[in-house]
Amino acid sequence: MSNRDINTLLAKIQEQYLEDVKIVGEKAQTALLVEPQRLLDILEFLKTSESYQCNMLRNLTAVDYLEYIEVVYHLYSLSLRQAITVKTRCSMEDLQVPSATSIWPSANFQEREIYDLLGVKFTGHPDLRRILLRDEFEGHPLRKTYQAGNTGEKEVKSLC
Amino acid sequence: MLKTETFTLNMGPQHPSTHGVLQVVLELDGETVVQAIPNMGYLHRGIEKLAESRTYAQFIPYTDRLDYVSSMGNNLGYCQTVEKMIGVTVPERAEYLRIIMTELNRIASHLIFMGSLAIDLGASTGMMFGFRSRERILDLFDMVCGARQTYTYIRFGGVSADIPAEFIPALERFLTDFPAMLDEYHRLLTGNEILYHRLKNTGVISAQRAVEIGLTGPALRASGVDYDIRKVEPYGIYDRFDFNVPLGQVGDCWDRYIIRMEEMKQSADIVAQALSQMPEGTIMASVPKVLKPPAGEVYHSIENPRGELGYYIVSDGGVNPYRLHVRRPSFINLQVLNETCQGLLIGDVVAILATLDSLMGEVDC
Repeated sequence: MSNRDINTLLAKIQEQYLEDVKIVGEKAQTALLVEPQRLLDILEFLKTSESYQCNMLRNLTAVDYLEYIEVVYHLYSLSLRQAITVKTRCSMEDLQVPSATSIWPSANFQEREIYDLLGVKFTGHPDLRRILLRDEFEGHPLRKTYQAGNTGEKEVKSLC
Repeated sequence: MLKTETFTLNMGPQHPSTHGVLQVVLELDGETVVQAIPNMGYLHRGIEKLAESRTYAQFIPYTDRLDYVSSMGNNLGYCQTVEKMIGVTVPERAEYLRIIMTELNRIASHLIFMGSLAIDLGASTGMMFGFRSRERILDLFDMVCGARQTYTYIRFGGVSADIPAEFIPALERFLTDFPAMLDEYHRLLTGNEILYHRLKNTGVISAQRAVEIGLTGPALRASGVDYDIRKVEPYGIYDRFDFNVPLGQVGDCWDRYIIRMEEMKQSADIVAQALSQMPEGTIMASVPKVLKPPAGEVYHSIENPRGELGYYIVSDGGVNPYRLHVRRPSFINLQVLNETCQGLLIGDVVAILATLDSLMGEVDC
């Protein structure tokens, strides 16, 4: 699918949601930037609408930009064979994003991973726990401000 | 009335059937599984964090250590992502070498799957046979890059070395022998009644559920969903080869097994085609020693033996990636474990784990 097609598609959805959606990036990096409070509406729309049919959440990750954390959704439509990127931003003071697990259950582990490593809280997630690090771990290592000190002195409690 | 209660059993982290350090906390009612919660992180090395303090080239060896039985694919995915950012055209010969190596690696990886499935279900000879054939492929890799498991063979702009003179005859011998090997495994395993009854109709995942839960790779195709990135978004030169994508119908353990067996045959076909088409020429484009991709981001994914392996790289224009995320198929595929195991027996959990074929090096990252 050419970039022009993606742009027309994205422009259409922008029209529909007006001020809550912006188109960011150029060419292959084009993405929809969505306000967190409208995120679920727009994801649901992208999944169910005839012209998008994004039935697959390929990848879900987040990036720390110091002032805010950006959560990135890579969506894919198996029937139309097209990919769409959706982004949302949450400020460091209020790290909350609605969980997409109700739309794509595959978001479950990936949201837990983001919570674990970057500290974004996904509201409405059925089981928001650390997934890679142990439960007593302090801090979120993928934050740019994280100081990786010597952790050897800490006593590691067994989970069993 | 007799009062009963469920009990908890830890399977792993040190358990031969969890293929690495995966812990599955089983809640059991007698021998029936009520819940099977995967508990991972025992191999977490913080590779994504390490990437932020390494240069782009220094990160290639780390990718070997993700899915360590199909390292060629990991190298390929990462290098293609960075090549997309800096806009390099890879020489023809290198493209063909990449295809040959990744497809051989797919065969090697599926042979491990076959062997470990066999030993998990009690057929220890199956393991030996799988490793015997895999050894032939590892010898080939040893010839081209001197490593048997962590290759770092695929680099930005091409591959690290051209093939030595003895490589092509050895590869041709392997391709000649391989159909007979595969037949032998089919006779040993596919025709085995015990294996058939252990796998058939065990752990059924419907096509709709498989897509929802994010399965990719052979596990998704076993449920009948036609999604192979080599076909739907051909990367490299995959559009030049003629091959089939085997699909299952039921989505049970048996389909997941048969599909991988069939994929090995297709991969051998691709290798044979690539070998006959491969031109002479250079194997490396000119790429600057210190890479500074322009600020921006790229998501690129390839079809690894375990599913969609994606790299998401954010660059700020510096020498290190600003953020690097790996979409690991094993990690996301594990989500289906709990719901698939519910209501089955402990022995079936082993079969489901083996046919999902998650690899902990990749899950924990």
